[in-house]
Amino acid sequence: MLDSNKDNLKLEAMKRIIGMVAKGREASDLFPAVVKNVVSKNIEVKKLVYVYLVRYAEEQQDLALLSISTFQRALKDPNQLIRASALRVLSSIRVTMIVPIVMLAIKDAAADMSPYVRKTAAHAIPKLYSLDQDQKEELIQVLEKLLYDKTTLVVGSAVMAFEEVCPERIDLIHKNFRKLCSLLVDVDEWGQVVIINMLTRYARSQFTDPNLQDVDEDEESKRPFYEDENEVDEEQQEKRAPTLDPDHRLLLRSAKPLLQSRNAAVVLSVAQLYHHTAPRSEVHQVAKAMIRLLRSHREVQDIVLTSIAATATRRKVMFEPFLKSFFVRSSDATHIKLLKLEILTSLATESSVGIILRELQTYVAAHDPPFVAAAIQAIGRCASNIKEVTDTCLNGLVSLLSNKDQAVVAESVVVIKKLLQTQPSAHREIIIQMAKLVDSVTVPQARASILWLLGEYSERVPKIAPDVLRKMAKTFTSEEDIVKLQVMTLAVKLCLTNPKQTKLLCQYVLQLAKYDQNYDLRDRARFLRHIIFPADAESGGPTRLSKQAKKIFLAPKPAPVPESHFKDREQFQLGSLSHYINTKANGYQELPPFPLEAPDPKARDVETEPQVMEQAPLFTAKKVSSKKDSKFYSDTESPEDESEEDENSSDEDDDDDEEEEDSSSDKDEEEDDNEDEESSGLEEKLPKKVVKSNAKPKSDEEEEEDESDEDDSSSESVSDSDSEDESSEPSSVPKKQTRNAKPAKESTPVVKPKSNLDLLLDLDDVSPAFTPIMTPSLGGFLTPMSTPSSQVKTQLFPDIQV
Amino acid sequence: MIHSLFIINPSGDVFMEKHWKSVISRSVCDYFFDHQRKASSPEDIPPVIATPHHYLISVYRSSMFFVAVCTTEVAPLFVVEFLHRVVDTFEDYFSECTESIIKEHYVVVYELLDEMLDNGFPLATESNILKELIKPPNILRTIANTVTGKSNVSSTLPSGQLSNIPWRRTGVKYTNNEAYFDMIEEVDAIIDKSGSTVCAEIQGYIDCCIKLSGMPDLSLSFVNPRLFDDVSFHPCVRFKRWESERVLSFIPPDGNFRLMSYHIGSQSIVAIPVYVRHSLCLRESGSGGRLDITLGPKQTLGRTIENVVLEIPMPKSVLNCGLVTNQGKYTFDPVSKLLVWEVGRIDVTKLPNIRGTISLQSGSPPVEANPSINVS
Repeated sequence: MLDSNKDNLKLEAMKRIIGMVAKGREASDLFPAVVKNVVSKNIEVKKLVYVYLVRYAEEQQDLALLSISTFQRALKDPNQLIRASALRVLSSIRVTMIVPIVMLAIKDAAADMSPYVRKTAAHAIPKLYSLDQDQKEELIQVLEKLLYDKTTLVVGSAVMAFEEVCPERIDLIHKNFRKLCSLLVDVDEWGQVVIINMLTRYARSQFTDPNLQDVDEDEESKRPFYEDENEVDEEQQEKRAPTLDPDHRLLLRSAKPLLQSRNAAVVLSVAQLYHHTAPRSEVHQVAKAMIRLLRSHREVQDIVLTSIAATATRRKVMFEPFLKSFFVRSSDATHIKLLKLEILTSLATESSVGIILRELQTYVAAHDPPFVAAAIQAIGRCASNIKEVTDTCLNGLVSLLSNKDQAVVAESVVVIKKLLQTQPSAHREIIIQMAKLVDSVTVPQARASILWLLGEYSERVPKIAPDVLRKMAKTFTSEEDIVKLQVMTLAVKLCLTNPKQTKLLCQYVLQLAKYDQNYDLRDRARFLRHIIFPADAESGGPTRLSKQAKKIFLAPKPAPVPESHFKDREQFQLGSLSHYINTKANGYQELPPFPLEAPDPKARDVETEPQVMEQAPLFTAKKVSSKKDSKFYSDTESPEDESEEDENSSDEDDDDDEEEEDSSSDKDEEEDDNEDEESSGLEEKLPKKVVKSNAKPKSDEEEEEDESDEDDSSSESVSDSDSEDESSEPSSVPKKQTRNAKPAKESTPVVKPKSNLDLLLDLDDVSPAFTPIMTPSLGGFLTPMSTPSSQVKTQLFPDIQV
Repeated sequence: MIHSLFIINPSGDVFMEKHWKSVISRSVCDYFFDHQRKASSPEDIPPVIATPHHYLISVYRSSMFFVAVCTTEVAPLFVVEFLHRVVDTFEDYFSECTESIIKEHYVVVYELLDEMLDNGFPLATESNILKELIKPPNILRTIANTVTGKSNVSSTLPSGQLSNIPWRRTGVKYTNNEAYFDMIEEVDAIIDKSGSTVCAEIQGYIDCCIKLSGMPDLSLSFVNPRLFDDVSFHPCVRFKRWESERVLSFIPPDGNFRLMSYHIGSQSIVAIPVYVRHSLCLRESGSGGRLDITLGPKQTLGRTIENVVLEIPMPKSVLNCGLVTNQGKYTFDPVSKLLVWEVGRIDVTKLPNIRGTISLQSGSPPVEANPSINVS
């Protein structure tokens, strides 16, 4: 079918082949037949051939070379989409022979005038790098050029390539740092993640530790009350603020709005940026956004909770106000429940432990065994961390001992054992109660714990302990290994404290153990026997060891300190894969420690300082109205500026005064627009309702638009655009026929459907000249920066006009 | 970044695979299957699995697993978020995302995956752009394509990707310009046995369906924006304007999208619209357990409550339920042990009630505590 002349048949054949590829079946023997079709005129066939080529070119290198010339031709195609896709496929073909060709193509594409093609070039760099590492130097040169790019579309990919090819060349970032910060909000979500992660590393290597001055305040952060912490920090902040490098501040400030991104990955990367580089007083800002992520998908929850758990061990106060968000829902998956428990226990303080314990009590009654076990352990951790509640917890746990569920009892036994170790004083009743349980509990771990407890505190229950040992000796052979070991320990300990009653029993137990199947047990038995009954081996009185036996076996043991197992994760960058799996992943970049001396901040100053510095605000300052304006001009983009979004008219006037003569028409129009915006900026009042359990569709809320206003504005604008001398496109798409259903709009109906860039591209299609026409206005149109408006003074750049 | 993607159905077959870099054998999924076997439910599979050479990051959506294979360090959330976006896109394209749909449209799926990721790095994920590159399938077009031999791959370039507003294509035209806003609010509350609220919070979304011509620039203001504890926006919303004026100002994408989601946290008082009076006892002896649940409205501001559904995950020992409802229908799934009662509208004069007996497996250990009840 592939040899047929008809496109339909070819297409059908290709679809089937792709189907095979998708299912993972081998389709490589069709390669020669498929590769012929790379010249096909039909775009869909072509596309599918590309997909196939990328998949199998590696296996059929020689044949794949046949297709290369087609790509080379396509790289010169006037249509940027075709150029881009040719480059994509060309660079995806992993054939070493074509490296020079790809290199050339990347270089060309990096200078292409279409940002889309440049983006593809950025993508191609790591591909080529993985194919041939020798090209690194040359690639870095190209990359450097791409990093200078000011298009939001390109920078994200460029930084991604930078991370993959040469993450150690941090010097390449210096000159782009400020630009990256200012463009950050407008880069696509995925680029944002990569850029923020990279800038975190950059900040760690270039700025001094903002928390350096208050190292001695580490204790402060452990102080229980949130308010205290805040006050301290506010005082601190005053002192500290000036010490923060202005660029460091810029980075934090430009990342902050991204906490409101819909993309969880972006939010978490901002969170880690703050966690690793921000002054302590500012870190808590990210908590709220992280809590919000907990409403997302299960997988997102899991990863965010892991990050929170790690953060919470160090920054308790940060998440304390959100304690209730970590309460477990019955619908949560088990691993999420466990993480939440972990966080709850880490967050417990004297003031909040009451609520937490009450919750934990409920959890113990749940139907999820691992979760119940974790809940009981959590109670234990609360009890040992916060002294005030230890007794209450212990009582609660003891009451759990009468629970009907074996697992619950066993778990509580183990936890009680740990707790008793911390304060063995006067808990005789509990020990007695536990001793009684030996008959009923079957879980080996719990039995072992009880036996250990009895041995350790046998002097408190002198009557019971030997009795238990007697029972255990009887059933010794049928116990689990772990229990057997504890039986021996108990026997030895009793033998030392109460030899009269238990010496024979002890000998019996050791004898049994001597013939056990498990070699650990046999070893242990032999070892114990030689210490306690040295006479067996040699005659000649007690040896030195046996004299010390009491000291050896009955030495006071340190109580275990239950710790969060998230404590050791600090070494990894928050939110990274290594952090999640708690081992170093392949290609993980260590976060460098803050330098003691900040490297020269001048490195970030760009030679063309005034221009770049002023351009950055320019991008962001152009907002709503300039966006509209741009549609009235064609390819000549006059980047006249406007003040902030919330412009007041006086500002506006100033701007315009400064403007050059030739843009006076622009000015008029601009003002019109602004007026329109103010007058007809339609506001839809959405009544906020606090409680609504079901969705309530609200439709057509925007009917109340004042029609006459709309007409006025559009007619005005039409005349405006007519008056424009160079407007190459008939811009006034009559909007009036849609009068009855006027949406919430300003004067935008008059815009022509094509943006200036498209016009550019259209021109380009006519003559594919590779002139570097760069529209400086491409960048951050939409979202404004957090630069204070005072800084965004008006700058005019008539010289940038193309 | 993302090396390969495997889509796995519930029975454990890899029915689609896609590689963006060199090919990774599907045997890597065996590690995933190991974890799957260990986990009691699909939700319990950890989202990130570390294997000696690869890292498997998976999401579980519409009873399929999307397993991405990575070889190097990558932000796991990045991958998770991307996989969800892939599923969202499929849902957007095919209106639902099931195994059979994916199999049926494998070519479109493959093309989509190809466009969305280049060398493992996301390329185009905005559905507006993708729809320009690859036309979503519909019956009419399928017929037209077969007749005319045209393809569903667009030959024109995606202008949006190149314009200043990457989420909106240019040249949108409607004869009827309209915009719809849906406000969805969910109340999440944990209520203890005695009926007092342990914690409650509201999660709200504003979903839009905007069909406006040209490049509309909308602004939306709220009567009381201070109520919001925390908000997140579609990338089209201007952050700055929100920060300074609390006004949502945006150029919307074409079609359906989620404009914002907000959260009203535990600090503010949340009124719970319904209450549940329950008595449930599960005993081993004789006839088993008894169940009696009554629902009633609470603080509804005069509105009626509709579409009430009550779910009770029963303990493992429950065999079956013999219940009588005075309103709505109930179902009990003996496999998942989930009792679902679809109540419908709550009528104040006649409160919905469900009662009856529950048969328990004989010999099973008695249940300690009553199961929790989810109301939605």
